Amino acid sequence: MREVAIVGVGMTHFGELWNDSLRGMFAEAASGAMADAGVDHLDGLYVGNMAAGQFVGQEHLGPLMASQIGMAGIPATRVESACASGGAALRAAYIEVASGMSDLVMAAGVEKMNDGADVTQVLATAADQELEAYHGATFPALYALIARAHMATYGTTEEDLAWVSVKNHHHGAMNPKAQFRREVTVEQVLGSSKVAEPLRLLHCSPVSDGAAAVLLCPLDQAARYTKRPVKILGTGLATASLSLADRKSPAILDAVKDSAVHAYKMAGVGPGDIQVAEVHDCFAIAEICCIEALGLVEQGKGGAAARDGLTALGGKIPVNTSGGLKSKGHPVGATGIAQAIEIVEQLRGLSGDRQVQGAEIGLAQNMGGSGASSVVHIFGRV
Amino acid sequence: MPSPGYWRGIPSRLRLEAVRCSSCENVVYPSRRICPHCHGTKWEPAELSRTGEVVTSTVVHVAPDDFAMEAPYVLALIETPEGARLMLQVTDCELNEIGPGTAVNLEFRRIRAEGNSGILCYGFKAVPAG
Ligand SMILES: [Zn+2]
Repeated sequence: MREVAIVGVGMTHFGELWNDSLRGMFAEAASGAMADAGVDHLDGLYVGNMAAGQFVGQEHLGPLMASQIGMAGIPATRVESACASGGAALRAAYIEVASGMSDLVMAAGVEKMNDGADVTQVLATAADQELEAYHGATFPALYALIARAHMATYGTTEEDLAWVSVKNHHHGAMNPKAQFRREVTVEQVLGSSKVAEPLRLLHCSPVSDGAAAVLLCPLDQAARYTKRPVKILGTGLATASLSLADRKSPAILDAVKDSAVHAYKMAGVGPGDIQVAEVHDCFAIAEICCIEALGLVEQGKGGAAARDGLTALGGKIPVNTSGGLKSKGHPVGATGIAQAIEIVEQLRGLSGDRQVQGAEIGLAQNMGGSGASSVVHIFGRV
Repeated sequence: MPSPGYWRGIPSRLRLEAVRCSSCENVVYPSRRICPHCHGTKWEPAELSRTGEVVTSTVVHVAPDDFAMEAPYVLALIETPEGARLMLQVTDCELNEIGPGTAVNLEFRRIRAEGNSGILCYGFKAVPAG
């Protein structure tokens, strides 16, 4: 397999973009990535998207989006793995370039969630319809069940959950692309309205519109496009049963652990080598479970990490310097690509106030459903 | 989201029918073609007890449209004595009296009236035992 680099990135603002369409947001992000790398052609395109068919009634995004950027004719496919669609699109593009099949491939993600269908209901289609949604399960409810199990097993508290939101809003306040560029306090989080106990509104990522795109090419061609390529050191994708009932423990996200093991092995690094990470904090409890499953903290110690400053900027392992899904926003199909962009920018040294000094190795973890899909990518400065 | 007819009427939902794997003896709910534990394909019928214990639970405040009238309601992961796990609402209870270890009975109830046409959907709900 060939070594692969990311040579260009582009993304829209995340937020309630009432005046922007699905295709318009894609075109903005894709053009940004192509301009960043100075390219005017693509050999292939993967579009990560969870549910445009349900949100805005549009399927068949591969050819639609290729034609929106003047690339009608190229191989273009939509990739769906619920909220991990972006990460899965990146992995597909990586495999296509690494295999030697294509040289210059775009991995993008896009979602238009506002101004369309009932969001709670659409998102719930990523849960098991027959065993979970039928009985009134929502996504906050599934993560609340995980949270209660984690609290019962490891003593994690509601305040621990709140600190994850506080930390991520602190980071997001410094991110010009973020949906919520403002700080929140523990009191505000604990005083916000109940969604599914113990999760409150400020433990939950928002409903967002947005798009993101990255360009991949073989590492030995990267100098044509950029002075600052970032190498993809490893990729891992793993799955677990869709329904919580079929997992050994609802407090442990096995797919996250398995996807990380694959990516670490391929990259030849371990959790101790990671200097900055973006993890899938769709709900505060998800960040806690994910940093444990990724090995960034010991199993059961995730609750204390944000509270103790371990995962904040300036801490031992800064997590979600972008603001995470919580503050940056979570246009579901775009999230995995936006996470990769945050790590690429960190390794390029372009993150401004959010820069982790001297970062050379970073990780992005993107998750679908209640943890049934997880994609991990590990990146290295060249 | 309208559910198809096969799905409203599946026996596992209406009669709590599970299966026992002939090779590894694990009870699996609902039935399926291939055993998730040993990949076996031979099954014997196994009806679940109408009792169980809460593994983890939540109180849902923001509900999907079809359940809006019932919110707030308790949703729980329940384990039956046979070792099968299922996600059910817990009803006829105080919202905050349900937690890990709560003993429940499983009762046949109406789950919801679906969508604009109001198709009635049935299944099981848990009720605190005793
Ligand atoms: Zn078996």
